[in-house]
Amino acid sequence: MSTPVDLTPAAESTVDTPSRRGRIADVAGLGVGRAVAFVLPALALIALFLVFPALWTLYIGITDYQLTGPAAANPQVIGIGNFLTALGDTLFRNSLWLTVLFVLGSAVIGQNLLGFGLAWLLRGARPWLRRLTESLVLLAWILPSTVVAFLWFAVLDRDGGTLNLLLGTEGTAWLVRYPLISIILFNIWRGTAFSMLLYSSALAAVPPSQLETAKLVGASGWQTVRDVVFPHIRGHVLTNTLLISLWTANDFTPFLLTAGGPNHASETLPVFIYRQALEGGQLGYASAISLLLLVANLVVAGLYLRLLRRRS
Amino acid sequence: MSVQYLLRRIGFYTLIAAVLFFFAVPMLWLASAPFDAKPGLGLRWPEWTLDNVGKTLEHPYALTSLLNSLLLCGIATIVTTVCAALAAYALSRVRIPGRDLLLYLLLLLSSVVTGTAAMVPIFVMMFQLGLINSQYGTALVIAGGMLPAAIFILKDFMDSVPRSYEESARVFGASPGQVLRHVVLPVARPGIATILVWAFVNAWGNFLLPFLLLREVETQPAAVLLRTLQDEGGSANLTVIPVFSLLYSIPVVLLYLIVSKRYGFRFHGGIKS
Repeated sequence: MSTPVDLTPAAESTVDTPSRRGRIADVAGLGVGRAVAFVLPALALIALFLVFPALWTLYIGITDYQLTGPAAANPQVIGIGNFLTALGDTLFRNSLWLTVLFVLGSAVIGQNLLGFGLAWLLRGARPWLRRLTESLVLLAWILPSTVVAFLWFAVLDRDGGTLNLLLGTEGTAWLVRYPLISIILFNIWRGTAFSMLLYSSALAAVPPSQLETAKLVGASGWQTVRDVVFPHIRGHVLTNTLLISLWTANDFTPFLLTAGGPNHASETLPVFIYRQALEGGQLGYASAISLLLLVANLVVAGLYLRLLRRRS
Repeated sequence: MSVQYLLRRIGFYTLIAAVLFFFAVPMLWLASAPFDAKPGLGLRWPEWTLDNVGKTLEHPYALTSLLNSLLLCGIATIVTTVCAALAAYALSRVRIPGRDLLLYLLLLLSSVVTGTAAMVPIFVMMFQLGLINSQYGTALVIAGGMLPAAIFILKDFMDSVPRSYEESARVFGASPGQVLRHVVLPVARPGIATILVWAFVNAWGNFLLPFLLLREVETQPAAVLLRTLQDEGGSANLTVIPVFSLLYSIPVVLLYLIVSKRYGFRFHGGIKS
C-alpha cells in the first residue's frame, strides 16, 4: 500500500488491517454495489474498444477476410496461412527491418541520448536557458502530429525548404532521397521531451555528494556519467528505452510525412498494416501482421512490468 | 585550468545552441507562413498580410473541422475523465479480491493494444455496427483507448489522498454521495485536472482513429482535414494550410502554457503517448 501513514485514531478502526486483507474492505463507506457501479462504465468501454478488438484480431488474422470481393462476404479460416504469406513477403520483411531501424535510430539512440544529454547539460545551466530549451522541446512534443508533419515538409522541401536554404543545396528532395532518415529526425524532434523529463527527474535523485567527489578527483564529464550517474539511473534508462521503443514501434505518424514511400522505403509496420488493410483490402493479412505487433508489444510491456515490480 | 574551463563553456553553449536551433527552426514556419502573402513550404521573411486568415475562414470545411475537433475531443475527454475518476476512486477505496490483478492487466492492456495494433478489428467492428462516420462512436473508441492509462494514473493519485478525510465526514453522518461531492472531489481536483488536460491533448492530436473511422469530410476533425488539404488535387492548399495549422495548434499551446505555469512540467505520472 502506498497510502501515507494515517495517525487519526478514528481512521485506524476501519482502515483495512492485515487480518482483513484478502476480503472485501470498504474504507470510504462506498458500498460494494456502488463501487461496482463506479467501475463498470470504464470496464465496459475498455472491454468493447480494447479487449474485444484484441481478441477479434486473433480470429481475423487466421482468415482470408477482405474489404471487398467474395472473401468479404464469406471469409474462410485459413489457419496460419497469413503468417506463411508474411514469411515470403518481401514487403513485409522490408517493413519489419525498417521498423527495427526506425525504433533503434529515433527512440533507442536518438530520443534516449538527446533526452539524457539535455537533462544532463541543463542540470547546472542558468534558469532562463533551461526554461527556454525545455519549453521548445516540450512544445515540439505537444503540437499536433499533423501540424508537425507540415513543419517538417517546410524543413525538407525540395524548393525553398529550410534545409536546402541553409546548406545551399537547392533542389534536393530530402524526403525522396533519405525517407528513413527523414522520419527518424521527425520522430526525434517530436518525442525527445519524454526522455528529457524522465531523465531530469532521475538525475535529481543522484546524490550530489557523489557528483562533488567526482568533480574533486577531476573526473571528466563522460567518466562522471559512466561511473557515478549511470549506476544510479540504470533502472530509468531501461524503463525509458522500453517505453519509447514500444511507442515508436506502434507510431503511425511517419505516415503523415512520407505515407510509407517512396516505393515502401519508409513503410514501418503500422503504415504497412494500414496500407494492406485499407488500401489493399487484405483485412485478414493485415490482422495477422497486427497480431505479430501485438505479441512484440506484449513481450516489451511484460519486460517493463517486471522491471516496475522489481523496483517497487 | 582556465583554458579548459573556457573550452568547456564554449562547447556547452555550442551544443545548446545547436539543440535550440534544431527545435526552434521548424517552428518558425508556423509563425511566418500564415501571415505571408505567398506562403510556401519553406522558410522566408514574409510579405506580411492577414488575407490568408480570411481565406481560411471562408474555406468550406475549415471552421467545421475545428468544431468537429472540439466535439470529438470534448466527448472523449469528458467520458475518459468521468469514467476514470469513478473507477479509480472505487478501486482505491474498496478492496475487492483480484483488484491488483485487474490494475496490472489494465496497465498491460493500455500499452499493448494500441490504435495501430488493433486498427483492423476496430475498423471492421465500427463498419459492421454502421458507425463509420459517427463522431460519437469515434469519440468512444478514443476514450476506450485512453481509459486504462487514465485509471492507472488517477488511482495512484487517489491512493495518495488521506482516507481520514472521508472517515471524518462519515463519522459526522455524511452520505456516500455527500462524501464524494464535498470531500473527495475537491481533494482530487489536481489529479482530475491532470487527466483532463492529458486526455484533451491526446484526443486533440489523435490522427489515426478519426482518419480510419471518419471518412466523410463533413465529420472530420482538424487533424484529418489537414491531411485532406494536403492531398487536395495533388498539391497542397498553401493559402489555407498555414493559418489552419496555427488555429488548430492554439488550444494545445494554451493548455501547455496553463499547465506549465500552474504545475510545471514535471512527472506526476502524466504521460502523453
